[in-house]
Amino acid sequence: MTWTTTDFHITTVGVLCAMACALPGTFLLLRRMSMMGDAISHAVLPGLAVAFLISGARTSWWMFFGAAVAGVMTALFTQWISKFGKVDRGASMGIVFTTLFAVGLILIEQGAGNVDLDARCVLYGALELVPLNMVTVFENYEMPRAAIVIGSTLLFNLAVIGFFYKEFTIASFDSGLAETQGFHPRLMHYILMTMVAVTTVAAFEAVGSIIVIAMLIVPPATAFLLTRRLPILILLSLIIAAGSAILGHLTTKAIPVIFGLPETTSSGMMATMTGIIFLLVWLLGPQGLIRRNGTELEEPEEI
Amino acid sequence: MRPEHPPEYPLAVHDLTVAYHRKPVLWDLDLNVPEGKLAGIVGPNGAGKSTLLKACLDLIPKTSGEVLIYGKPYEEQRDLIAYVPQRESVDWDFPVSALDVVTMGTYRKLGWFKRVGRQQKQQAHEALEQVGIGHLADRQISQLSGGQQQRVFLARALVQDAEIYFMDEPFAAVDAATEQAIIELLQNLNARGKTVLCVHHDLATVSRYFDHLILLNMRIVASGPTPETFTRENLQKTYGGKLNLLDDVAEALKNVGR
Repeated sequence: MTWTTTDFHITTVGVLCAMACALPGTFLLLRRMSMMGDAISHAVLPGLAVAFLISGARTSWWMFFGAAVAGVMTALFTQWISKFGKVDRGASMGIVFTTLFAVGLILIEQGAGNVDLDARCVLYGALELVPLNMVTVFENYEMPRAAIVIGSTLLFNLAVIGFFYKEFTIASFDSGLAETQGFHPRLMHYILMTMVAVTTVAAFEAVGSIIVIAMLIVPPATAFLLTRRLPILILLSLIIAAGSAILGHLTTKAIPVIFGLPETTSSGMMATMTGIIFLLVWLLGPQGLIRRNGTELEEPEEI
Repeated sequence: MRPEHPPEYPLAVHDLTVAYHRKPVLWDLDLNVPEGKLAGIVGPNGAGKSTLLKACLDLIPKTSGEVLIYGKPYEEQRDLIAYVPQRESVDWDFPVSALDVVTMGTYRKLGWFKRVGRQQKQQAHEALEQVGIGHLADRQISQLSGGQQQRVFLARALVQDAEIYFMDEPFAAVDAATEQAIIELLQNLNARGKTVLCVHHDLATVSRYFDHLILLNMRIVASGPTPETFTRENLQKTYGGKLNLLDDVAEALKNVGR
């Protein structure tokens, strides 16, 4: 097994992708709306397709804008349908994101079917193809274009969460208190939704709209098994995300060699790794299944 | 300016109606709460007690009506208000410590984007000491008992340093020691001239705890100083035909010798 520059580029994009997703994912998890990540990652498709049809280019600010609009619309529609249609939130989310996703697929098949935005890639991404699209930075250093896109998204997410850390925390923990203190939890909600939408679009090319859900949710969920301190939770999510991506690509390379199997996909392996790490932590971690048997959690003392 | 709601009242409610799914929960409420009172809001389940607090704080939409805080709309008077929601309204598995939660009470004065500093933490520590759980500051909140969690909420209200405290069932499901600590704290606030509004369930303690009483059942049944308001007739009107409850009422009245 040899480690080439191509492998380095694929892993870099994977790591940046997973880390960018873990940040908004942490707050989705804390707000108990993890499935909103699922909904938005699918629902951004019509936004992307329309932006693509208007601008004609596959990567542009239009696509981010279209995705952000579609993401916020998903959150809005979900709320309206559950409120006025009197169906529960889960059902209303199911109605909204499947419809939007279907519209997006039709738009792509009809309007952009002959260009390099195809439906299969939408679902699974094409991490292996990332090194084919290189750009030169710092005069002579070549980097995958995707690394720049997703890297900037990671920085953007870091900046937003760093900037609004206290506001996100209070709005997620106690929206009533946030509202009475004038911190507009609904605004914070839509900022988070925008962040999720922008991140899923940036991650789209590399990992597609399904694998991205694993990257949004599983690393934070794993970190949540290990700590009850928010800053550490965020840090651990980032580390677990990066670790899964690296291990994912390593196993993608190793498995065919060891077992004599055909090539597998890196993004798929990265998502699988997040799942395996979760399982291991769940079994072996401090709150894990194995340690919990035997020593019961101590009861909080009364005063 | 409305003549029937002069600005010296910390809380004045005018013609307030709130409805969920077209069913009214509060119907045409008119209310003045005088300054410096420790006021209980009492009524049967579903009477709209929590709804009244939330509507005053713009947490749920009003169908009609107006709420004035010292004669001005709530929006302009946020600084004067502290809100203690029901304990079950938040996720106690959230990854924050007791100190973090109390520090949230300082966010309003801190403003957007500014970071929590030593001064805020110091204030939060003092408030935790005041409610008797200073030693639990670094505990993750799921590791606290129900009573301790309620004390954390109270400490958070204390650091808000408000003029009017809205409290939604602070005595619900707490141990006797905590109940005693909470009432002492409320009386302390009251002694410093603050106004406290408190949704309350236990009729037996009403006349001991509160000097002002609001009896609520979709409408205001009665409102005024507790001695005049806490009568058998008013309670019967408030609790209606709920007979088993009326026995409790009789018991409660017997306890205060009326």
